[in-house]
Amino acid sequence: MPGLGASFGRGAATTYQQDLANSDCILFMGSNMAEAHPVGFRWPMKAKERGATLIHVDPRFTRTSALCDLHIGIRAGSDIAFLGGLVHYVLSHDRWFKEYVLHYTNAATILQEGFKDTEELGGLFSGYHGNRKTGTYDAREGRWGYVGTPAPEEHEEWRGATPMYQMLRHELGMHGHSIEQGAPCHSGPRHELMTMEGRRPVTDPTLQHPRCVYQILKRHFARYTPEFVSQVCGCSPEAMVRVAELLCANSGRDRTSAIVYALGWTQHTTGVQMIRTAGILQALLGNIGRPGGGIMAMRGHSTIQGSTDLATLYDALPGYLPQPCSDELHNNLESYVAHEGLATGYWANFRKFIVSLLKAWYGDAASWENDFRYSWLPRVDADYSHLPYFDRMAKGQVKGYFLFGQNPAGGAPNAGLHRAGLRKLDWLVVVDWFEIESAVFWKDDPTGPPPEQIGTEVFFLPAAAAPEKDGSLTNTQRLLQWHDKALDPPADCRSDAWILYNLGKRLKQLYAGSTEPRDQPLLQLTWDYEFDEHPRLPDGRRSRIEGEPDLEKVLMEINGFRLDDLDPRTGRPRLLREFSELEDDGTTACGCWIYSGVFPQPGRNRARERKRTGHPLEPEWGFAWPHNRRILYNRASADPEGRPWSERKKLIWWSEEQRRWVGLDEPDYDPNTRPDYEPPPGAQGMAAIAGTQPFIMKPDGVAWLYAPGGVRDGPLPVHYEPIESPVGNLLYPKQTGNPTVRTFEGPLNHLAHAPTTEYPVVATTFRLTEHYLSGPMSRFNSWLNELMPEMFVELSPELAAERGIVHGGWLTVRSARSSIAARAMVTRRLRPLLIEGRIVHQIGLPFHWAFAGEVVGANANDLTSIVADPNVSMHECKAFACQVAAGRLDGAAPSPTKSAAAWPTRDPVPDTPAAAQPEGMFGARNGRGG
Amino acid sequence: MDVLNRVVEPFHRGAPPEPQPATGFYTDTTVCIGCKACEVACKQWNQLPADGFTWLGDSYDNTGGLSATSWRHVKFIEQFPVDPTPAEAAAGADLIDPGRWLMMSDVCKHCVTAPCQQACPTGALIHTEFDNVYIQPDICNGCAYCVAACPFGVITRSALDGHAHKCTLCYDRQRDGLVPACAKACPTQSIQFGSISELRDRARERVARLHEQGIAGAYLYGDAPSTTYSELHSFYLLSDRPSVYGLPDAPFNPWLRMKGDYVRAAVCGLAAIAALLPMLLAR
Repeated sequence: MPGLGASFGRGAATTYQQDLANSDCILFMGSNMAEAHPVGFRWPMKAKERGATLIHVDPRFTRTSALCDLHIGIRAGSDIAFLGGLVHYVLSHDRWFKEYVLHYTNAATILQEGFKDTEELGGLFSGYHGNRKTGTYDAREGRWGYVGTPAPEEHEEWRGATPMYQMLRHELGMHGHSIEQGAPCHSGPRHELMTMEGRRPVTDPTLQHPRCVYQILKRHFARYTPEFVSQVCGCSPEAMVRVAELLCANSGRDRTSAIVYALGWTQHTTGVQMIRTAGILQALLGNIGRPGGGIMAMRGHSTIQGSTDLATLYDALPGYLPQPCSDELHNNLESYVAHEGLATGYWANFRKFIVSLLKAWYGDAASWENDFRYSWLPRVDADYSHLPYFDRMAKGQVKGYFLFGQNPAGGAPNAGLHRAGLRKLDWLVVVDWFEIESAVFWKDDPTGPPPEQIGTEVFFLPAAAAPEKDGSLTNTQRLLQWHDKALDPPADCRSDAWILYNLGKRLKQLYAGSTEPRDQPLLQLTWDYEFDEHPRLPDGRRSRIEGEPDLEKVLMEINGFRLDDLDPRTGRPRLLREFSELEDDGTTACGCWIYSGVFPQPGRNRARERKRTGHPLEPEWGFAWPHNRRILYNRASADPEGRPWSERKKLIWWSEEQRRWVGLDEPDYDPNTRPDYEPPPGAQGMAAIAGTQPFIMKPDGVAWLYAPGGVRDGPLPVHYEPIESPVGNLLYPKQTGNPTVRTFEGPLNHLAHAPTTEYPVVATTFRLTEHYLSGPMSRFNSWLNELMPEMFVELSPELAAERGIVHGGWLTVRSARSSIAARAMVTRRLRPLLIEGRIVHQIGLPFHWAFAGEVVGANANDLTSIVADPNVSMHECKAFACQVAAGRLDGAAPSPTKSAAAWPTRDPVPDTPAAAQPEGMFGARNGRGG
Repeated sequence: MDVLNRVVEPFHRGAPPEPQPATGFYTDTTVCIGCKACEVACKQWNQLPADGFTWLGDSYDNTGGLSATSWRHVKFIEQFPVDPTPAEAAAGADLIDPGRWLMMSDVCKHCVTAPCQQACPTGALIHTEFDNVYIQPDICNGCAYCVAACPFGVITRSALDGHAHKCTLCYDRQRDGLVPACAKACPTQSIQFGSISELRDRARERVARLHEQGIAGAYLYGDAPSTTYSELHSFYLLSDRPSVYGLPDAPFNPWLRMKGDYVRAAVCGLAAIAALLPMLLAR
């Protein structure tokens, strides 16, 4: 989540869900929390009971809106305009939190001469290379940096620009096809944009300098007036002002507001910048690092936070270390560290993180002499993120694929293209609970060719369910929670870990004895997670499963060891207590530095702890990275002198008696740094962070209203239209969409570029509580299927009347990719909007159905497209263009691939006394003859 | 002897269980998020079958109603004014009346004086030691008198076994000291379980608080007896008329009409005989 990373330092929610109960006002935007995260929604409900105001800004009136005090309907994809309006309101009415902004943000920092804003260049920032449809920014050339950073011509690395870097400047990402050459991953030095060789940035505390961030921000958002917001979003100007008033009234010393977002923001080509705008707003209002404040990022899957932390992304190593790329800048460990580390702030420890990771992976084979086997790390030479990968697969360039708990044939954007990709594979391994779309696409896809024309060999491996395996989940608030296996999985079902671990063992066996250098990374890889004794089930019986890895051993490796210090209790290297113990000389090993401290001593798995202490933060329930800090950047909960902003909102504070930071939470700060500490000139690392600078992951220690680096599509958010939209960009008529987006246009992925007249209706996809994603876990369950049995489309009565569609009848939705037919849900929960003087209709499509399962139906994702935002290659399923008509489609409709659960089951529950058997098992009670 | 035992045995009454403090549900509809977790938890705990996959198009409700196989039912009531025109909306009408989407998890009311129990000819319907209304399926003969008697339309007869079924208030879980499945699963504590007197206090406090917050329409349904109906051991906090939620505005116990019905029947019978008698005698 670079949106949060660029603003505050870490790409993770700044707070935790329970803390929402302490908010005085909560803005839900891009999130349908009551439906998508119903269990967590109890905390906003608690806040409401205590008198907080809940606001929902969303294209549809949802179950979340129903529980909020205020619902503002806006057009899908216009979020930056709305948020920009809020920022404009806060700035123009002088409602920002002066003391907080002056000390804790970069508002006073002065920028280089030569930076040009979108207001000056008609929708582009300086440093742009491209054709306004697709292209890239060169931050140095555009002079995005702080004053005092070297100008491009005097910068050494820039003068000797590498081939990769040249490519980045001139070719990549243009016209969609050059993606084949690979996207820049971390090319181009980044730190010189913000740090100045140990000097602190030049600031103007009066905020009067025309090039200080505050003035630039003011000019940048000057045109986001309530009237402009109304024109773009379709809400009334008063509605936006009401939201702004509520947020301002509930922020400050004594009150805090929170913002909750989810996939409704991320799944846009401007998603990262939407989150950035929220970051700017919350920093201006002084809501970050404080109880009841913050930005709560609601993640889309179970443990998706964990999979980001542990680097299932192609371009990151565990703990957000960049994956080395084939650029010369990453040639060896030294240059990699010099290039990716930062001189000041916590990232100054970068070398410790990477060396400890290499020691964890390659063990004794990694030593100082051989660069800790840095050269064994795979290099990134192209964009291997999901969408470009499938684009390549559809062109026949991929041979085989593993799918663990993923369903691209049903749930991925432009699912038709994904199925075309799967049909081109030689082999495919699907690990899942049921035969999902991705396992049966070769025989049950009604739009696909007959099975005899498909060459893909599909291996289906039945997976164990969560209660059938050990493991941990890292939830949306960075909280690791361990779960123990309750019973053995049935028959041949195995845990994902079992499958991977044994695959690794067999591969190692296959290459055993090889002296080829290329085989060494595999042969030397640490791969020893056997149980010391055969595992037992909770009831004391011996587990039936052979070869299961001991996942606590994996967690210990993630936590890290001191290799030169044996623990007398275990005879093994001593476990690290926290990441501050890491070394860069190879004496520590650590699989993911941010998780360090989760297993501080033998037998103490903090992720398993479930102690309720009555402490408001429940610090002994699970383990939150980093170092069990529940609210990030919590130094900001105290004023510059170290006193709480108010009694009501106190969290941590400086104690003169104890000479350290104390309070309710673990300080996200050096606990011994005094509030009046001033770094000496030339200070490095954490010593360069002053006592008043809470954002320790930032080289200058403050939150970034203006982001000189870290975001590829500009230092400030700009309202751009979605790639597909019926209207043009009112703000910048010459610049409709994000100028750095990547499109993958081709016969399987046509786009209707904005402004389009052929597809005049705005579509957005959404989730229902009753189903989970594309349905692999829910459409095989009769109890869930009866609650939401059929695909439907939500539309307003006005649109229905215009097209002759009746409620409960059929309608057809057509996009540039495909057409689907579904039942019509005509409801006033959707409203036509007045955009730039004309009526724009919106429809909502749940994306839970496809062609496998007990209930089947049209797939909303057959309509969506593949486009990629420049930061995280995210698609734009939350706003695209379509056309709507009454009636059904010709051709085959899918039929269920599994029949509903046979009922009633008259089998008694084994090993359970009849008296304790469930009541409703009709007849069973009589039939058992007890 | 054995035969005699088997004939006499069914007439023996075991010692009734010790009465316990009355328990029940308090359902606060103002915090219901319509997630239907209660429906699923109920079906899973009680091993009730799915009722088929039919899309009803009635907002997000596809359950339709309470039945022998659906003991919880979440209702969705969309209350939206006829839309302002988009121009009006852009001029601020979106703030004036944004509309409401009411949600409510319905269940058996566990009436203190339960018409179903009064109508049951076999004694299958009883009040348990927790003062909850409970159908003993092995005694039910499937006559369906309870179905007709219930003023809330809670009970139906199952086609699977011919007996009537409804919410047991998780009698089996309560006996083991557990909270009913639906209340356990409810993420926002819209469904609360507990001793009925405690629940009533809690609910009345909540109504007072809502009134303070300006929600004047909030009130309790069924927490106290009316002239025509007893109090309910599953009562509700509502914010609109009961009939909006599909509940009778003024429930009426059919038993109250019983005396009059008997008298009327007797009078009619006598009148008929009196009318016919002269004709018969005239022959």
